[in-house]
Amino acid sequence: MGILINKDTRVLCQGITGQAGSFHTERMLEYGTKLVAGVTPGKGGTMHHNVPVFDNVLDAMAKTGATVSVIYVPAPFATDAIIEAADAGIALIVCITEGIPALDMIRVKKYISHKQTRLIGPNCPGIITPGACKIGIMPGYIHKPGHVGVVSRSGTLTYEAVWQLTRRGIGQSTCLGIGGDPIVGIDFAEALRLFQDDQETRTMIMIGEIGGSAEEEAATIIQKEITKPVVGFIAGRTAPQGKRMGHAGAIIAGGKGTAGSKISALKNAGVTIADSPADIGETVARVLRQTGMLNITKNEQDL
Amino acid sequence: MKLFEFQAKNILKEYGVCIPRGKAITRDMDASKAFQEIGCSRCVVKAQILSGGRGKSGGIQFVTSPEETKACVASMLGSYLVTHQTGQKGTEITYVLIEEALSIKKELYLAITIDRCLQTPVLIASAEGGMEIEEVAKRTPEKIIKIPIDIFFGIHFFQTRRLTSQLSISGTLATTLNILIANLFDVFVESDCSLLEINPLAVTVKDEIYAVDAKMDIDDNALYRHPEFNRFIPCQDVSPAEALARKHRLSYISLEGNIGCLVNGAGLAMATMDIIKLHGGEPANFLDVGGDASPEQVMQAFKIILSDPKVKAILINIFGGIMKCDVIASGIIQAINEVGIHIPLVIRLEGTNVEVAKKILDNSGLKITTAKDMEEAASLVVSKVL
Repeated sequence: MGILINKDTRVLCQGITGQAGSFHTERMLEYGTKLVAGVTPGKGGTMHHNVPVFDNVLDAMAKTGATVSVIYVPAPFATDAIIEAADAGIALIVCITEGIPALDMIRVKKYISHKQTRLIGPNCPGIITPGACKIGIMPGYIHKPGHVGVVSRSGTLTYEAVWQLTRRGIGQSTCLGIGGDPIVGIDFAEALRLFQDDQETRTMIMIGEIGGSAEEEAATIIQKEITKPVVGFIAGRTAPQGKRMGHAGAIIAGGKGTAGSKISALKNAGVTIADSPADIGETVARVLRQTGMLNITKNEQDL
Repeated sequence: MKLFEFQAKNILKEYGVCIPRGKAITRDMDASKAFQEIGCSRCVVKAQILSGGRGKSGGIQFVTSPEETKACVASMLGSYLVTHQTGQKGTEITYVLIEEALSIKKELYLAITIDRCLQTPVLIASAEGGMEIEEVAKRTPEKIIKIPIDIFFGIHFFQTRRLTSQLSISGTLATTLNILIANLFDVFVESDCSLLEINPLAVTVKDEIYAVDAKMDIDDNALYRHPEFNRFIPCQDVSPAEALARKHRLSYISLEGNIGCLVNGAGLAMATMDIIKLHGGEPANFLDVGGDASPEQVMQAFKIILSDPKVKAILINIFGGIMKCDVIASGIIQAINEVGIHIPLVIRLEGTNVEVAKKILDNSGLKITTAKDMEEAASLVVSKVL
């Protein structure tokens, strides 16, 4: 099953006729994603990659039954696209677009907080339930169906981690990139809760990086609510302190945000930390072996 | 994009914030004349750098005559100022600001920034402003007041009234401060700031409120809708390599080590630096060509790394998802053919068409070491510089 999306999920693509939207629509269709509609204002009534294009999200939903939208609209128009999807009643919005101003995202989040909708991103690779549904820009072939839930702030580093798993024969339930911007939709805590409730997921990886306090907040949730094993990696432990300006950042952060603070918070919450980015896959394998889950995973995948 | 103090103050002035009389000076400008124009018996000369900690590092000097001003400015311009926020190398001073020295009764701290945890703008204030504000925050956090601001409403009047009372400010001074805070939030939103900090916000002996310093950081993602900031870009204190990287939309930060890194994606780039250090090496730079870099960008990135004389070996670590590995390999070979290479190069490619890419590299006749994964790549590149 995995979280949020599955093989029956019906997806529409906002910005389907743009360069990125068009390219990735083809990749998603190849993977088997039920991409049933596209939206480009002014191009309603046409077909693109054999997918019907509509002028707005409401029409596209009414005609095709899509419940998830993936957004490839350029940054200056992306906030309107997100709000349009939320207003139309889309259940899950996946915003790939990078470069959206932070204040715009604050407005968007405030708006969608009153709606029955979830947002992934922006500035993220998307979400994939291997073998069932791929929504975003990640290369499909590096994934393998299985039982490890992956959540990450990064794009290519997630591919790296997933590839290390797949090469060891360890599959994934769902892989989710939450995005690297200061203001994002679903955060680590929410993703971990979803994995905790998902029957398919037996263990989780969270890949964080320096900056912000999302990892520290996730550690609190892990301690209180998560009973499945969690493996963590934090990128940037050797990054030098950048040129800083002003004191507000330090006052707000209150000592959080460094790799050290994140790693110790996660360790205290019982997370197994991979020290090297090359060891993420092996660390998961070790945790699975310790908990007796590796064999189960392999056998089930063989079936 | 960070603005210099004098640039930020010019913007604040447009919003009715009181700024000390002053003039920004660069090379070839007459500092003694500026002192006379300001017309005060005592002025302050402030080094314009894009980091804090100037006061403690000699970047702020008081002067009382045109001659003294001239000498002070001459000693500052072109020198490097090292503060706890600049890094070891320090920052070259290309501008100074000469300002009237005010008689200050009380120093407050005021800032607006984005609280990632609350996902909203937040006003931070303290009655104990000045150079020790971070110490105040650490030792006596109760003296730091944080007020979340609704993005749609702006700051509510009751919030500023409550704040002035917490800061023990009353009467006309409170009214002035209330208006000032509302204006600052307008600046914050209308200029798409990620940081607007006034420290100190000074109460003078005449009971006037002045922004004595100003730090302003504009959200780079919002620059497309602020053509008025284009004129500030040449002022930034970035190295030529960093400027070139910015032009090609590459994220590049020069570091102290000798292993050049070329990686796609910020997370993987940081992880690559981490693994180099784990193997006992030192990265010469952080360079993220982006998740979907073009061969052209890869080539430019390669040139930027080669232009750094510290670099003794290069590690390329690309996880080609959307970007196919064979295209990357062709880009690298094109770059080498164009600029030449005289130092060891270790390449780790993974992802779409990786086998084709390896053949291209192997058949190129170039001295390239390929690695099968990150671990091997890091250990190989570190062995080349030992």
